[in-house]
Amino acid sequence: MPSARKSSLRWSNWNLLLLIPLLMLVTPWFNSDEPRLFGLPFFYWYQFAWVPVGVLCVGLVYVKTKDEPVVKGKPDLLGVDDLDEGAK
Amino acid sequence: MQWTELVVFTALFLLVTVLGFMAARWQAGDTLDHLDEWGLGGRKFGSWITWFLVGGDLYTAYTFVAVPALVFGSGALGFYALPYTVVLYPIVFLPLVRMWSVSRVHGYVTPADFVRGRYGSHWLALLIAVTGIVATMPYIALQLVGLEAVLRTMGLNGSGILGHLPLFIAFVILALYTYQSGLRAPALIAFVKDTLIYIVILVAVIYLPTQFGGWGAIADAAQAKFDASEAASDGVLLNANNQLQYATLALGSALALFLYPHSLTGILASRGRNVIKRNMVALPAYSLLLGLLALLGFVAISAGVKPITNQATGRPDTNTIVPVLFDMEFPDWFAGIAFAAIAIGALVPAAIMSIAAANLWTRNIYKEYLKKDASPAQEAKQAKLASLVVKFGAVAFIVFVDPQFSIDLQLIGGVMILQTLPAVAIALYTRWFHLWGLIAGWIAGMGYGMWLLYNIGNPAIGKAHFAGSALPLGKLSLFGWHPFGGSTVQIYVGAVAVVANLLVAVVVTLIARKFRAFNGTDETQADDYHVDEDSDRVKPVAAH
Repeated sequence: MPSARKSSLRWSNWNLLLLIPLLMLVTPWFNSDEPRLFGLPFFYWYQFAWVPVGVLCVGLVYVKTKDEPVVKGKPDLLGVDDLDEGAK
Repeated sequence: MQWTELVVFTALFLLVTVLGFMAARWQAGDTLDHLDEWGLGGRKFGSWITWFLVGGDLYTAYTFVAVPALVFGSGALGFYALPYTVVLYPIVFLPLVRMWSVSRVHGYVTPADFVRGRYGSHWLALLIAVTGIVATMPYIALQLVGLEAVLRTMGLNGSGILGHLPLFIAFVILALYTYQSGLRAPALIAFVKDTLIYIVILVAVIYLPTQFGGWGAIADAAQAKFDASEAASDGVLLNANNQLQYATLALGSALALFLYPHSLTGILASRGRNVIKRNMVALPAYSLLLGLLALLGFVAISAGVKPITNQATGRPDTNTIVPVLFDMEFPDWFAGIAFAAIAIGALVPAAIMSIAAANLWTRNIYKEYLKKDASPAQEAKQAKLASLVVKFGAVAFIVFVDPQFSIDLQLIGGVMILQTLPAVAIALYTRWFHLWGLIAGWIAGMGYGMWLLYNIGNPAIGKAHFAGSALPLGKLSLFGWHPFGGSTVQIYVGAVAVVANLLVAVVVTLIARKFRAFNGTDETQADDYHVDEDSDRVKPVAAH
């Protein structure tokens, strides 16, 4: 096991926002004709409404995680592997 | 012959041809004889260029022609293209920047390059490369279908091999300037393409509904048509059987899109992580456009559009419905612009796809097996030649394979490329999967997926095999065992195949670990996945 091995993950709780757009795949919530908007059945305009929601979620994650630490070649968080195998 | 349309169309086509050849000198580096330059445009595209390039790459002629055709034919199901592109960006946001960083540090040009580095196995990389090439071929063919739909609407609808001549000419021109300019050609042309497309679609969705009594009347007319048809699966809304298919098709397509080599080409050509992140926020502007376009399928129903009969196959080509709609409702000069937009919309992705497939061939087959000591200049030469071969392969695909439902061709490719998910996307995060697990999973997912697709028939169009990607759960069988009884609920085949892939990969991984089988060597390090453009660890562009 190479000694350089460590966790390559950087987690931010803001990332959880990225899961929200997946909710638009729940078809029973919107598979109906009424109410209509500009004559367009609910099924269609509801899904259009998800486009800005998706943009907002991704945009927020981008803005909020902008200041993630820059890599300077220093060790990252200590990974589970190192603890397990006593590599240090 | 529609002369006004043809003249406008030809003028715009000539404009992009000139641009394509001029692109070789646009922001050029010291040399074009390196894959970083020819195949990735120097790896320095900023936010705007990337937005046009990736937008032009992902939202293709397939979008403009086949999605409205699907809505025209089956209604709500065809609208899956919208949720597909909404869930897409949140899913790929994090993995893509990791892919960019690790590729930048190690000079990877293709997804298979990454797999080669991550697992140290040229065999696994070969599987990924071959999957990429095979899945991309029908995708390029699909662009040709879009292009040909436009040409036939303008009256260039000959029969036999001669009927394909205009397509052939367009592709020879495309092949030549891609050969010369590489990725810079589609990047520059994408500006023209997307500008035209935005104008055309905005005019179409604002002007056309007013001609047919507004969206309410249009939706009612569509429902009346679907009620009258014999098919049970169509309608303005989904039914009990195709909701799961709708959701899995959208999700599966979203997972698959950035596994395609051409999508990654656009990402790897960008300058840095922030360019990619900004684009993940800005690219959904195209999704809005795509949803609006899909609705034109309904408008075509109200307008009473009749698909043009393809003289080469003798059957109505449903892909012509949007071109015919434009032809009927717009003045000739504007229809000409619209057709040029669709045609150029076919050329941009076709160019990028052929470059991506050529990169795969060169990096993961030619250099790996045929000429291990190839110099960067030889690599570039090889890739240029390969891009020609790929394009003419795609033309042959169109001339000899029935283009009736081009969207299904792409769906087969989608099932294939999805099988690289564990080796490419999951490997970005963890090496938990064992090399042998990934190989076994690929074989299982690919085999099972192709077998399921083969067995899907559609008597209505007289096809016994490969007639679609919707699988009734009741038909899902594992060595004769039917876990879902006689259920008629449908699911996307790709979703089933990738689950099979993952299950086999997990089991084989556990076994391989038990026997301590060699798991390849990983040349990447944890920090590689976070490096940005200003780091001193990035590999110089176009260095050996």
